[in-house]
Amino acid sequence: MNERTLTKGNIALAEGAIQAGCRFYFGYPITPQNDIPEYLARRLPKVGGTFIPAESEIASINMVMGAAASGARAMTSSSGPGISLMQEGFSYMAGSEIPGLVVNIMRCGPGLGGISPTQGDYNQAVHGGGHGDYRNIVLAPASVQEMFDLTILGFELADKYRMLSVILADAMVGQFQEPCRLTPEKPVEIIEKPWALTGCKGRKPHLVKSLYLGPGEQERHNLDLLAKYNLIRETEVRFEEKSLDDADLMIVAFGTPSRIAKSAIGIARAKGLKVGLLRPITLFPFPTRRIRERTERIKKVLVVEMNTGQMLGDVRLAAAPDAGIRFYGRPGGGIPYPDDIYGEILKAME
Amino acid sequence: MNMIFGRTKSLKDTPTHFCPGCTHGIAHRIVAEVLDELGVVDRTIGIPGVGCCVFMYHYFPIDVLEAPHGRAPACATGLKRVQPDKIVFAYQGDGDMAAIGTSEIIHAANRGENVTVIYVNNSVYGMTGGQMAPTTLLGQQTTTSPYGRDFKTEGYPIKMAELMATLEGVAYSSRVALNSPKNVLAAKRAVRKAFEMQIHEMGFSMVEMLSTCNTNWRVSPTEALDKIENEMIPYFPLGTFKERTGKDFL
Repeated sequence: MNERTLTKGNIALAEGAIQAGCRFYFGYPITPQNDIPEYLARRLPKVGGTFIPAESEIASINMVMGAAASGARAMTSSSGPGISLMQEGFSYMAGSEIPGLVVNIMRCGPGLGGISPTQGDYNQAVHGGGHGDYRNIVLAPASVQEMFDLTILGFELADKYRMLSVILADAMVGQFQEPCRLTPEKPVEIIEKPWALTGCKGRKPHLVKSLYLGPGEQERHNLDLLAKYNLIRETEVRFEEKSLDDADLMIVAFGTPSRIAKSAIGIARAKGLKVGLLRPITLFPFPTRRIRERTERIKKVLVVEMNTGQMLGDVRLAAAPDAGIRFYGRPGGGIPYPDDIYGEILKAME
Repeated sequence: MNMIFGRTKSLKDTPTHFCPGCTHGIAHRIVAEVLDELGVVDRTIGIPGVGCCVFMYHYFPIDVLEAPHGRAPACATGLKRVQPDKIVFAYQGDGDMAAIGTSEIIHAANRGENVTVIYVNNSVYGMTGGQMAPTTLLGQQTTTSPYGRDFKTEGYPIKMAELMATLEGVAYSSRVALNSPKNVLAAKRAVRKAFEMQIHEMGFSMVEMLSTCNTNWRVSPTEALDKIENEMIPYFPLGTFKERTGKDFL
């Protein structure tokens, strides 16, 4: 089944959720992600699913929590202000080890911001946002096909590790249309959930909680969570590389800027400049080791983001100490042209 | 020797953390007796809010999901929609429901979610040390209303049972008190009715229980019982404010 259909990113994501077996969606309207709830409101009742237009994003994430604690695949989607409201739920789900999927089609901020494509929520998604010592799996699609595929992967990883997966996409990826294969590439993995709350008939009662008051209990819990996060760092890193083997300069970019960077690399290569790309697909776990390996040889790095420099910090931590790192960022809905990035390549190559 | 009164099956044989004199243990006992009598213990999922009720899992031998402060009705919505054949109940205090969780309770009720909510109103934030809640009585002194609650600056105590009765999705809304044998028996009848509503898929049901917090009220247990009778009940009248019958059910 390699048939491809011209599909909008947000729709590919929503259909990916259906294909992943998600039958429970809870959400509150916000631009630029409304295509997702609107599609699922039509689609879910046809496949025996449930769609609830929730009273707020706080309610949405807590409905996800309840549905997911039952063992079901459940999701919500939102943008900036709504995602901020959900941070309480993110933290509780991390602490209680409840899996789930949250989609953030980013809008500009701070505050009400604007609805143009942007990547200002990297730090919130990758470095917390809610209280406490926790991580979420963060997946960054850069194409319509990845909106579909990474949504399925997001559910699989969430269930496997009992934690939240966040799809972090800019509005360009959410809103543009590309040919997309709308069937799973491989059979969707269904993970047993023997811990779920289903009533204690014939077994001991189950408890899903995040309050640990006994001496040392919370520290042990935090260290258990850390062990899980470290396992994920070892086994679940995903990234794409392009033209790096002979490169003198490595661009690091995720989402839409990585696509524009590829055009800029085309311009640069045509002029004989050896430039390549490393595109993180998982933002947590971050391809720290790979960036270190590449910068053992490639000493020039250009980080391109549609923000004022957020992933930049993670690249700096990952890169070899003697690598020179430049940054080019366009916040607040500014979108770089390939020529803009090419200009930055020239500066970096000086 | 004949045993004429003992521990109900659905309460674990363990001491509670409740302060001596607190009527919260009675609230637990009533819920446990009703779950036993209805024969639903092994298909019930409980969702405590944040506060003195959070340790529900120490006492009830049932599956439990610990909800964020005020969000239990939203969590209950998710659980019940996935598992409509299970009995789902939230258990909230007055700070949890009537302050931080007003949005979640009103909309879960308004959607007619087929869940039951036990609402323990003791007029203060008990676990955090007795701060003023939306339910604190006028003139009542608390750690954050040291001169007594004044309606000019803090407004009036909120009447949740009456408020819920105005919502179409609500099948049952009742207020009871835990301060006398007569009231405790009435409370049990109300809790049983609320769970029966859920079993018969009538919609959202809630029982508000006026309960003591003698520690934070700074009175003896018996004085606390009198306070319910003489100060709380006159403002928070007991009774059933809405009871849907099969005939009303659309």
